[in-house]
Amino acid sequence: MSDSSTKGSSQNPSHIRLKGVEKIYPNGYKAIHGIDMEIEEGEFVVLVGPSGCGKSTLLRMVAGLEDITHGEVYIAGRKVNDLEPSQRDIAMVFQNYALYPHMTVYKNMAYGLKNLGTPKDEIDKRVNEVAKLLELEELLNRRPKQLSGGQRQRVAMGRAIVRKPTAFLFDEPLSNLDAKLRVQMRLVIKNLQARLGTTTLYVTHDQVEAMTMADRLIVLKDGIAEQIGTPMELYDRPETQFVAGFIGSPAMNFIEADLSDDGNTLQFGDTKLPLKEKLSNQTSKITFGFRPEHVTLSDSGAMSLQVNLVEHLGAESIIHAKLGDSPITLRLNGHIDAKNGDTLKVDIDADRYHFFDKNAGIRI
Amino acid sequence: MIENRPVSTAISHFVLLAGVAIVLFPIWITIVAASHDVARLLEVPLPLGLGDQFFENLKQVVGKGVEGSTPIGIMLFNSLVMALMIAFGKISISLLSAYAIVYFDFRFRMLFFWMIFITLMLPVEVRILPTYEVVAKLGMLDTYWGLTIPLIASATATFMFRQTFLSVPDELLEAARIDGAGPMQFFWDILLPVSRTSIAAMFVILFIYGWNQYLWPLLVTTDKNMMTIVMSIKNMMEALEETPKWHHIMMTALLAMIPPVLVVIGMQKLFVKGLTETEK
Repeated sequence: MSDSSTKGSSQNPSHIRLKGVEKIYPNGYKAIHGIDMEIEEGEFVVLVGPSGCGKSTLLRMVAGLEDITHGEVYIAGRKVNDLEPSQRDIAMVFQNYALYPHMTVYKNMAYGLKNLGTPKDEIDKRVNEVAKLLELEELLNRRPKQLSGGQRQRVAMGRAIVRKPTAFLFDEPLSNLDAKLRVQMRLVIKNLQARLGTTTLYVTHDQVEAMTMADRLIVLKDGIAEQIGTPMELYDRPETQFVAGFIGSPAMNFIEADLSDDGNTLQFGDTKLPLKEKLSNQTSKITFGFRPEHVTLSDSGAMSLQVNLVEHLGAESIIHAKLGDSPITLRLNGHIDAKNGDTLKVDIDADRYHFFDKNAGIRI
Repeated sequence: MIENRPVSTAISHFVLLAGVAIVLFPIWITIVAASHDVARLLEVPLPLGLGDQFFENLKQVVGKGVEGSTPIGIMLFNSLVMALMIAFGKISISLLSAYAIVYFDFRFRMLFFWMIFITLMLPVEVRILPTYEVVAKLGMLDTYWGLTIPLIASATATFMFRQTFLSVPDELLEAARIDGAGPMQFFWDILLPVSRTSIAAMFVILFIYGWNQYLWPLLVTTDKNMMTIVMSIKNMMEALEETPKWHHIMMTALLAMIPPVLVVIGMQKLFVKGLTETEK
């Protein structure tokens, strides 16, 4: 660990700090639009967003693999804008692992330490410790080619851990694994991080991965941080329609509706929905959102839906239906006996309404 | 193809065998000629079967050399030195220039790239007079440097390595940067080992290229002790006012073939891998 890496963390509680970070490519394309955020020591923060939203770029800017056009990045109290990746005291795990193909597992893990001038016996001790932690002891003399995907993934993590960096950066580390392994590795990474207590920035496009792993999430869209918060904050109170639609599976239903002049009822199609609290907005055009799981079947339900298709998952049923022209998805417990063409009457949990300005997509 | 059609199998075997015969026949003639005495070779028709003088000729050529020519050991040594210097020289220069072009973003990068590219159009035969003058003025006539340096300066291998480097995933460089490897460390520790098969393939090609050089060594060497074996075979045939000693010449030719053959056979696996492997 370099000498200055620990200084400053006491005066400044945030471990990684981004201040107005922007990325503009030479061709004028602006990939990241002024991102501010503070990550506390030991926190697990996930950057999530659809592909092309700039999440990997942002991570690579923290790592030092991309230049920072404007703004400042601090790691452990040090401004790192002009430092080489190796001087930033971070370790990164890549999507395709980027293991050195000609080196054994042992050498892959030892390479960074060797470059730092760590004594041989210290390297040996640390590599063996980490190998034990990740159950790689048997594989130390193999080459990456002779390993399975999950094993390579563990070696890539071992290579990061062995350096005892001040922060881990993960760039979609699980996307090359099959579904079952992905769920397993999710737990492994989360447990390891909790055990080591190392600040972690993790990039993924998979919102389930993001929700399950993160202490806090940053949802990015087109280089703009739409919302930063804990998974439950984002789920319960999405600030924008984009976040609302991105977090949660199946995605939130949106219906375009008109707000009555007095702000007490919402009208869409034939349905009139009385509101618990008066709503005020500049225009009467509102996007009304509710989650598929916040719906109950009821004979006196306010909304009647036309069923299209029912997916039976055993513990629950996913119902694809239509309200007028709007597609609606419902997620109901147990086995629901409905088929194409049926009409279902439903009620929506009135505490779980979400309203967004139709044009701006911002929560009302 | 996995289909099984006897006629097409027969035809393809025939074509292959014919090809093999066309390639092997001259070599067979060389072996045959090296196994007779000179009198038999001047008779018509030329023999097609082996004679009994093979070891006799071998002893003569290796022991005493061909009359009027440099001892064969010296010539083989010269050829070997030349081929190795050309192969290693070209590979080192090309590796470095390809590394610069692929991994560094310097000013006029594309200009340099095209300048290297243009040297492809200027093999030594085209620029032979000015090159000779330069080498002569530098006092490199009749030296190994004079034999090899003008041949080292060309672009072929640079392109091959550029392609190889382009196929190395960027993440390897990034991982190495995070692991604290500087540019030359990345080059030595990661890039060279990863490109190992391409380097081997290039070595085979360049060794043979160097070994087979004829025109340039003919120009820059006058000292008998600097002659290479390929050029001197030609000289042997032109020994004045004498019938060419075909049996000895052919024996020399056979000996000249051995080193390239050994290199090819020895490095066959790496060679094929280096030219066909795409995944790094």
